Amino acid sequence: MTQVAGRVDAARILLGDEAVALGAIDAGIAAAYSYPGTPATEIMETILAAAPEGVTARWTVNEKTAYEAALGVSMAGRRALVAMKHVGLNVAADPFINSALVAIGGGLVVAVADDPGMHSSQNEQDSRYLADFARIACLEPADQQEAYEMTREAFDVSERFHIPVLLRLVTRIAHSRSLVTTAPPLPPGPVAKVESVADWILIPSNARRVWRRLLGAQDDLQEWSEASPRNTLYLSQDDRGLGVITAGIGRNHYLENLPDLGFIPSHLHIGAYPVPAAAVRSLAERVERILIFEEGYPFIERSIAGVLPTRWEVLGKAPGPLPLDGELTPDTVRTALGLPERPRITVAGLDLPARPPQLCKGCPHDDSFRALLAAVGGDDGAVVMSDIGCYALGALPPYEAIESCVCMGASVGMAAGASAAGLRPALAVIGDSTFLHSGVTPLIDAVAHDTDMTLLILDNETVGMTGQQPTVLPGSRLEPLIAGLGVDREHLHVLEITPKRVGELTGMLRAEMAHPGLSVIIAVRECVEAIKNRHRGGKS
Amino acid sequence: MKADIVFAGIGGQGVLSAAAILAEAARRQGLVVKQTEVHGMAQRGGAVQASLRIAPDAIASELIPRGSAQMILGLEPVEALRYIDYLVPDGLLVTAADPVADLPGYPPIALIHEQVRSLGGHLIEADRLAREAGSHRAANIVMLGAASVLLSVPPEILDACIGDAFAARGDKVVAINREAFRLGRAAIAPARR
Repeated sequence: MTQVAGRVDAARILLGDEAVALGAIDAGIAAAYSYPGTPATEIMETILAAAPEGVTARWTVNEKTAYEAALGVSMAGRRALVAMKHVGLNVAADPFINSALVAIGGGLVVAVADDPGMHSSQNEQDSRYLADFARIACLEPADQQEAYEMTREAFDVSERFHIPVLLRLVTRIAHSRSLVTTAPPLPPGPVAKVESVADWILIPSNARRVWRRLLGAQDDLQEWSEASPRNTLYLSQDDRGLGVITAGIGRNHYLENLPDLGFIPSHLHIGAYPVPAAAVRSLAERVERILIFEEGYPFIERSIAGVLPTRWEVLGKAPGPLPLDGELTPDTVRTALGLPERPRITVAGLDLPARPPQLCKGCPHDDSFRALLAAVGGDDGAVVMSDIGCYALGALPPYEAIESCVCMGASVGMAAGASAAGLRPALAVIGDSTFLHSGVTPLIDAVAHDTDMTLLILDNETVGMTGQQPTVLPGSRLEPLIAGLGVDREHLHVLEITPKRVGELTGMLRAEMAHPGLSVIIAVRECVEAIKNRHRGGKS
Repeated sequence: MKADIVFAGIGGQGVLSAAAILAEAARRQGLVVKQTEVHGMAQRGGAVQASLRIAPDAIASELIPRGSAQMILGLEPVEALRYIDYLVPDGLLVTAADPVADLPGYPPIALIHEQVRSLGGHLIEADRLAREAGSHRAANIVMLGAASVLLSVPPEILDACIGDAFAARGDKVVAINREAFRLGRAAIAPARR
């Protein structure tokens, strides 16, 4: 915290993630849980650094365990935040969707950071759909101040309607900074176990009842959203038949271009969901065309434009004028508004080489990939499944050593499937944290059937890609864990990988690829960035 | 003061730190700021870009529209040129001269320097000046020094922000970065006379 002469600065420059973290702390959370994932990682990093004593703040093994822990806090009547990236909510989908049915006690807020443009993700999924699917409320900040305020507000909404509330962030909110003024904090509330535990026991007889409760609450949620000051309607005397609907950060790109437009469209901004239908209708009464600027999928657009013809022209992403993929920019919004491009410098014949991300100098994965290529190279029957993490860069030159990267832990199950289908040798290459996150359960399947495959775990003793958060279990626990699952000790190896031992790892891989059953090799060496950070005395 | 600045460089060069220090300096002058940056996969050893928007009052978009940045501040010359279409036609291009050329197809550096000059850009020997200040790692602060002259940011405010930003790393690191800042300012000054 920035302290100047003993007082907290009135306004501080905060990252959106930091604003969410402080909002949660100031809302009096008793606990927060998260698994690292860009662009949500800094939420938990900030809570770990800033939470007062007595607040539990934990990195968890994955988003599902994070969510379930937070749900337990809520049942105890206390407030909890759970934070993750968008694809993390897929992992936590089971507790998330079911938690909409239980009668939430202490406020439960799930902060989810979407990554339109896929800066650091494998897809562009839009978490507003998941909030809608779970039939809960969603708040979407348009700047860091709102990120702070909406986080606090989300806890109130959660407790008022007894539902979890989803706070939807996007990369440009999570990873942008602006001035934020905080408000006096609330202390964490006392333990107050929910009165009706029957509302938390989702056996069919209870589930039918609480499902009807949730369905019945939809009208109340709708009423809340219609009245929310987060949804603002401006009816213009000079709109020339154009209504603009913005959501979240879409508003900012619209306002950036508005001064050049020459008239002022009527404008509905949406920051609270469900979509405020009455406000949409009020806007529509005034205009002929509706242009929608929302980040992510055309969610509002689809809820307004149906399959039947209407007298309104509803414009957005499907079929245009905005692209369906990528993030909104002031430039794409400008074009959609029919404004000419701003003059810009073009340099003829300037051919700049791309500079893709790459493994750091001295990265242990470099040695492992060289061994892997030497062991597998040239075998057309072989398959190398891989996973989410720095080592996904093994797909790029100079390695081109891996053949898949789908979702956390997928490499293990995919190697088993490929092996069953007849691709041999079948390998899976996964990092230590990703293995713990979602690789252990498919390995149990492989143990059960002694699947003919080789699992190579790249144990760099940290969560590397997201900035060296601690792995939940130290690397030294991996071998006994895997042995405990029942992997044959004869085919379970731990090797301290160094440049000099690339040949040794190559030989070990060749031998185990030839073994007609399950084998696991753990190649251990600490992440070079983690070592540097430790020497610097903390992260930069 | 109103300025949109694109910071361009490579992961590890201190692009984000430089942007954050200038943002804090603007805040201390009572200005409004919006800064955006890229983390994670996109950052690891690859091209890194940060945008900083400074204004006396409300700023709309987090992102700088193409053709409207007052300055591109490069910590590497190819990276600076990569964002040239963000620059307003009479904008300022100021970049470290030192290439990081460890990638296939990197053009001859003389061509890149010529391109920067033909756009009226400033080439700063940031690596040499940073080493002179005491550490090659301070090249980002050398560049911040150079930029601060062109942007007319009060040097005493920036100097204080640099001191605060590096305070946790000890007095020596603070002294190196303050010196890097001073050398960066001196590097641009003669060209302005």
